[in-house]
Amino acid sequence: MPGRLIEWIDQRFPLSSFVKHELTGYPTPYNLSYWWNFGFLAGFVLMLQVATGIFLAMHYKADVALSFDSIQHIMRDVNYGWLLRYMHATGASAFFFVIFIHMARTLYYGSYRAPRELLWWTGQGLLLLLMATAFMGYLLPWGQMSFWGATVITNLFRATPFIGDQVVIWLRGDYTVGDATLTRFFALHYLFPFLIIGAVIVHLVALHKVKSSNPSGIDLAHKDNIPFHPYFTIKDLYGLGLFLMLYSVFVFFLPDSLIEPANNIPANPMQTPNHIVPEWYFLPFYAILRSVPNMVGGVLAMGLSVMMFAFMPFLDRSRIPGGAHFRPIYRLQFYLFLLDMLVLGYVGYTPPTDQTLLIGEVATLYYFGSFFFIPFVSKLEERWLIARGLPPEVISLMESEARALKKQNRKHGRRREEDQA
Amino acid sequence: MMDKARIQVLSDNDRRKFLIRLTSVVGAGGVAAACVPFVASMNPSSDVLAKSLTEVDLSSITLGAMLTVAWQGKPVFILHRTPEQIKSAESSNGGIDPELDSARVKHAEWLVVVGVCTHMGCVPNQEGPGWICHCHGSEYDHSGRVIRGPAPKNLEVPPYHFVTADKITIGLA
Repeated sequence: MPGRLIEWIDQRFPLSSFVKHELTGYPTPYNLSYWWNFGFLAGFVLMLQVATGIFLAMHYKADVALSFDSIQHIMRDVNYGWLLRYMHATGASAFFFVIFIHMARTLYYGSYRAPRELLWWTGQGLLLLLMATAFMGYLLPWGQMSFWGATVITNLFRATPFIGDQVVIWLRGDYTVGDATLTRFFALHYLFPFLIIGAVIVHLVALHKVKSSNPSGIDLAHKDNIPFHPYFTIKDLYGLGLFLMLYSVFVFFLPDSLIEPANNIPANPMQTPNHIVPEWYFLPFYAILRSVPNMVGGVLAMGLSVMMFAFMPFLDRSRIPGGAHFRPIYRLQFYLFLLDMLVLGYVGYTPPTDQTLLIGEVATLYYFGSFFFIPFVSKLEERWLIARGLPPEVISLMESEARALKKQNRKHGRRREEDQA
Repeated sequence: MMDKARIQVLSDNDRRKFLIRLTSVVGAGGVAAACVPFVASMNPSSDVLAKSLTEVDLSSITLGAMLTVAWQGKPVFILHRTPEQIKSAESSNGGIDPELDSARVKHAEWLVVVGVCTHMGCVPNQEGPGWICHCHGSEYDHSGRVIRGPAPKNLEVPPYHFVTADKITIGLA
C-alpha cells in the first residue's frame, strides 16, 4: 500500500526523485570533518527557535504596560513556560555560537572561493537577518537592557545623511522607544524567521548546485563522493547529540548566565543603567562602534565590520587549494583574527576607560587591516609556497583546476559567439 | 514598396517599446504610491503626537535642585541654578560644541535641557561638573554643554516658553 501511494504521488509530484536527488543520494565528499556539522546544526536551532517562539507568542503580550509582567506570567504560571523561555533565550545564543563556527570553518578552509561565492553571500545575508531578528527579540521582555539596547541601536540610524532624526522617529514610531516600537518589533520578530527560512532554502539550492567543499580543498564533485544518507545523516545526528548536551547544560543549569541581571528591572525611559552591554554575540562589533571617536564613522565602521566577510572571495587571491590547511601564513592570520575578535569582545564588555579605548582602537585597526592585507599577503604567500616547493599532489590539483577553468571559459566564450551569430 | 513596409515594422516596434516603457513607469509609480500608507503608518500616530506638549510648575523646585519631567517620552532636566553655577556657566562657552550660556537659557536661574546624551541616547546622571553619561563617559557642564566626548553636541534645549513667572510649557517656543 505505501509503495502504491508513493507511486501515485510520484506520477503527480516529483517526491521520490527529489528525496533521492537532494537527500538520500546527494553526493557528499567522503572526507568531511565535524566542522561540516554546523550548517545542519544551524538549521536545527532555527527550527527550535521557531517552535519555542510560536508557543511563547501564545502567552506573550506586546504592550509596554503588560509585556514585562507577561514574561513573569510565562515563567511562573504557564505550564512549562519557564522551559520554553529558557530554550528560546539560550537558543538565541546557541544560534550565534553555531553560526560563528560555521563561518569560521568557511574562512579556515577557504570554502567561500569559486564557485561558492553566491553560497557565501547568501550566508552573509542570513547573518544580517539573524542579527536583526535577535536584536528585535531582545526588546520584547521590556527590561532595562532591552529598552536601552534598542535605544542605542535605533539611535545609530541618526547617522543617515540629512534625514537621520526623522529616520529614527520613523523606526520607533515615537520620539523614544515606546509602545509603537515594542509592537512593531514583535510583529517583525515573528516575521523575520520566515524570511530566514526562505533565505535558507536559497542557501541550500546554491549548496546543492556547487556541492559541499571539503578539508582538502580538492574538487571531489566527480570522484570520491558518497551518498548523504546514511553516512552524513548519522554523522549530523551524532553531532546533534553532542550539541544538545551542551545546550541542555545551559537551559537547565545556567539559564540566567546568558541574561543580563539588569534586564530583570522593568524598562525605565528616565534612568539609564550605569553599564550598558549588548548580548555577547554583538560585543566585538559594539567595541568597533565605540572605538571610532566620530559617531558617523563609528556606525559605518560597525556596519562594514559585519560586511567585510562578503569581500573574502575577492580579497583572497591565492590559488593554493585547501584554505588554511596548506597555507601557514593564512592559517596564522586566521588564528590572529580569532584572537582579535576575542579582544574586541572583551573591550566591548568592559566600561570605557582610556586604556580599553586604546586597546579597542588597536584591535579595530587590526580587524580591518587583516582584511585589507589579505590580497597582498595571499599573493606573496603563494609565491613563497611555490618557490619552497609544493607537494606534488597539490601541484597536480592546481593544474587540473586551471585546466577545468580554461575549458569552462572556452565553453562560455563559444556560447557567447554563437549567441552573437 | 519593400522599404515602406520595413519602415512600418520598425515604427511599430518603436511604438511597442515606448508603450512598454510608459506602462512600466506608470506601474512603478502606482507601486510606489501604494507603499506610502504602509511607510507612513510607521510614523508617530496622533496620540503620540498629542504628547508633544508638557506643562511644568516650577514653584516646587528649590534653589540648586533639579526636576526631571517627561516630554515626548524623553526626560527633560529643569535645573534651578545657584548663583555660583550661573557664574561658572557664563564664564566659559563650553568645549566641544561652543555656545554661549545666554543662548541656552531664557532666565539665567532656569536651565531646561533634554536629558538625552547626544551620543547614543542614554540619560546622563547629575554628578561631577554637571552631568555624566555612564554609557560612554561624556560629561556636561551646568549649561548642558558637552565638555568631554564622545558626545558630539550639547544637550538639546527643547522649545519652551514661560506661561507665568513659575510655569513653563515645553514643546512650543
